[in-house]
Amino acid sequence: MVFITQDKRQDKITTILDSRFRGNDKRMDWQSAKQLRDKIATRRTNSVEATKAVFTRIAKIEPILGAYISTFEEQAIARAAEIDKRITGGEKLGQLAGVPVAVKDNMCTTFGTTTCASKILANFHAPYNATVVEKLLAADAVIIGKTNLDEFAMGSSTENSGLKQTVNPWDTKRVPGGSSGGSTAAVAAGLCYAALGSDTGGSIRQPASLCGVVGLKPTYGRVSRYGLVAYGSSLDQIGPITQTVEDCALMLNVIAGHDTADSTSVDEKIAPVVDYLAKLDEPVKGLRIGIASSFNAGADEQVRKAIDEAIKTYRNLGATIVEIDMPHLDYAIAAYYMVATAEASSNLARYDGVHYGHRTQNPNDYIEVYTKSRAEGFGKEVKRRIMLGTYALSSGYYDAYYLKALKVRNLIRGDFVRAFEKCDCIMMPVAPTTAFKIGEKVDDPLKMYLSDIYTIAANLAGIPGISIPCGFDDKKLPVGLQILSPAFSEEKLLRIAQMYEKQTDWHKKRPLI
Amino acid sequence: MSNVDYKVEVLVGLEIHVQLCTRTKMFCGCELAFGTEPNSRVCPVCLGMPGSLPVMNKQAVEFSILAGLALNCQIPSFTKWDRKGYYYPDLPKNYQISQYDLPLALNGYIEIPTDNGLKKIRIRRAHLEEDAGKNLHTAGNFSQVDLNRAGTPLLEIVTEPDMSSAIEVRTLAEELQRIVRYLGISEADMQKGHMRFEPNVNLVITRAGQQFKTPIVEVKNLNSFRALENSIDYEIGRQLDRFLETGETMEMGNKSTRGWDDAKEVTVLQREKEEAHDYRYFPDPDLVPVRVNEQWLNEIKSRLRELPSKKRLRYVKEYGLSDYDAGVLTNDRTVADFFEEAVKAGSEPKRACNLLTQIGLKLANARGCAITELGPKAADIAQLAQMTQTGEISATAANTILEEMVKTGKAPRELAEQLNLIQKNDAGELEGIVDEVLKSNPQAAADFKEGGKKSGKARGFLLGQVMQKTKGRANPKIAAEILDKKLA
Repeated sequence: MVFITQDKRQDKITTILDSRFRGNDKRMDWQSAKQLRDKIATRRTNSVEATKAVFTRIAKIEPILGAYISTFEEQAIARAAEIDKRITGGEKLGQLAGVPVAVKDNMCTTFGTTTCASKILANFHAPYNATVVEKLLAADAVIIGKTNLDEFAMGSSTENSGLKQTVNPWDTKRVPGGSSGGSTAAVAAGLCYAALGSDTGGSIRQPASLCGVVGLKPTYGRVSRYGLVAYGSSLDQIGPITQTVEDCALMLNVIAGHDTADSTSVDEKIAPVVDYLAKLDEPVKGLRIGIASSFNAGADEQVRKAIDEAIKTYRNLGATIVEIDMPHLDYAIAAYYMVATAEASSNLARYDGVHYGHRTQNPNDYIEVYTKSRAEGFGKEVKRRIMLGTYALSSGYYDAYYLKALKVRNLIRGDFVRAFEKCDCIMMPVAPTTAFKIGEKVDDPLKMYLSDIYTIAANLAGIPGISIPCGFDDKKLPVGLQILSPAFSEEKLLRIAQMYEKQTDWHKKRPLI
Repeated sequence: MSNVDYKVEVLVGLEIHVQLCTRTKMFCGCELAFGTEPNSRVCPVCLGMPGSLPVMNKQAVEFSILAGLALNCQIPSFTKWDRKGYYYPDLPKNYQISQYDLPLALNGYIEIPTDNGLKKIRIRRAHLEEDAGKNLHTAGNFSQVDLNRAGTPLLEIVTEPDMSSAIEVRTLAEELQRIVRYLGISEADMQKGHMRFEPNVNLVITRAGQQFKTPIVEVKNLNSFRALENSIDYEIGRQLDRFLETGETMEMGNKSTRGWDDAKEVTVLQREKEEAHDYRYFPDPDLVPVRVNEQWLNEIKSRLRELPSKKRLRYVKEYGLSDYDAGVLTNDRTVADFFEEAVKAGSEPKRACNLLTQIGLKLANARGCAITELGPKAADIAQLAQMTQTGEISATAANTILEEMVKTGKAPRELAEQLNLIQKNDAGELEGIVDEVLKSNPQAAADFKEGGKKSGKARGFLLGQVMQKTKGRANPKIAAEILDKKLA
């Protein structure tokens, strides 16, 4: 990966950053999304002021960070003004009234483009809003921009973006993680108050960990996928990326629920949606934490240390530790790359230059419209996964690959079911390492795939998982603690996360960017 | 070669695509459309827009199950949706949502009339899928795509190769058309492409005790009964010629695909060898499997109705109609229902049958409308029939009245009076007229009395005179009785 402007940028950045500890929170006058919402609602500030402040910061920092593919300054300020007017008029507004938020650029919006960070959709204007976007708007949020990602959400570093590079706000020579790296970098750097990401194999949790923010992947079916450009349909799930656990609960309140447009979103009669804020501050009594020690052993020493410390904190709060056995977790990555790529090869078949998106110039026949448009429009990693998935589904190979992967998936699901008989949640690292250097793994896809070793199982099992900041390594890079819980237990999961956050200040640390 | 005796057996299996007449498309809320402006009945889902998701049309599933039940199929309690992948410009997602290994219905049969009685044709399976759009090659160096049809629910029915002639295939296709129309699950309008056929044809040739099978040919995309029948007949001849010429058998050749040239009436080779088509089927992760529980199945079963073939037999047996008449009445469910309603309202079956087949259908055809749309209600038909039954009017008069009813919308009795078609049943009045006729035709009266050869002719002549005098309104039965009494 050649990143031409990197050196120049770095010069500029060094002048901005001083050598102080990056976890210093003194200069942070930021506030959480909920705090801002409450201030706006009680007219101690207003949405226009908050939105303008965010855009001032974007003007300064975004050229370094590269978190956004598009921003909508004029539109956002106009909407903020309208919300302020309604507040002044005494109207009761939605849960996110006036709060500037960002959306990962693989969720359809009728405004701006929906690019998936791919050249093939670089100029694509969606004719409809994703359900989550409708819900944000209905909650009176101000959508300020759409964030960068690995092309079609395929990657763990956002380096696979076909449109731009996002850097980690804690160290701009490093990746923000991926694929929701734009969203996590923007939240970490204060370029929005909260954001939406999508998580197919760890794409919310891993970059949240690498950027030191909170990221939740809800249970599969909790949040509508309608309007989320599909990568691996049976694994994809939209979730919040926020500064605090409380904000995470707030965002989930807004986006959770059944959607008649998504058959895989779950009936609320079976799994009711609750107010995730209502009991957030109630600690879980008699909390039993499951740990798979041998599995966790693969992580970097400093990551393990931070995780151990975090678990000690829980112990001090009265939690008990249960050793669990997850015999099939070792096969998670292999199964994941079969299921996800098989589905992707089919999901991405529609980008053919016929109906929309990039079309090759002067094709000789309609076959060339397909082959050349796709060859020109897709990046290397996307092509790799399409080929892998196509192969896995080919006749004669289906049983050996795809079908077998589905069986492994069931075994992993079983591992979790058995584990949750003994514990309320499972804790483990989010990623084996902290943020790695830009370019470090781009030529070694297998190494890159291993970045997701701890996150993938939750997608295969469909269960929720959260990443919360739990410390820094000696390079002052954030470490995330992952907590997994049974399907549709988000309320409890958030309460468990909140117990820790209340005891620690890690979430208040901000990068000096 | 020509001296060698050989026996030829024809094997035909049929794939039929039936477009269901649901209100909306298979996986989105767009209304089904025919003949509307291109790309006017589309939405993000049937356009295959990024991020859009399909939602199953329950009505389409129920229609398919209904068809499955009518075709005596098993309805599995668990079925699912699969993606069938192939690239074509009229297929916006470049995969079609279909059903691969677990169809909605399987292992059924359909009975068709043949010269040797009813023949059972086995149904292998029936599954539901979405239709593609249409490529339009109208302008210059590029093509256009109309996606109005994309996402329309299609029921694909596959038979076993149990048919042994083109006419059998046609009979089955026509019977199927009647069935789906009876069930109200498809308009089955051939002109609108609601039914498309793909027969698989080959021959088993026995010569000198040895059996040879010719390579299977699939004829693609036939959309008329005529093309279906003719293409199979053509294939039978072509395959026999080719075998006699080259001796090529199934083992040597390969399954090939041919198209039908309607103008030249020949099949044309499209694909020689079965190309290694790999559709990469896999379960569609965007849709949940369909579980058909007993309650739902029973609810659908309750919507099953008497099918045309059964009805036809019943009309013959129960109503004493001719097989031909029963066939005409049962061909169209609306007609059959209308007929049965008239019978229920008091008409003799044969009278209602005659009124409907001789006048009703003729008028409906001329107007291009359904028999129910002509105006007269089944109760009116019954009244008219009853007037004939009681001798109030003649059968001929009933036909005239029905025509007038359609024209004017008036009631039968009113018209009978207005048109002076009430028969003279008054014996006293008729007696006077008979006397008059006898008086003015003494020779004929004498001939009749005399008996013998001339008698019959004279009787007919005299009755004719009575009818003439009454302008056809004399009740012929009563007039004849009087005449016979007078000259006895």
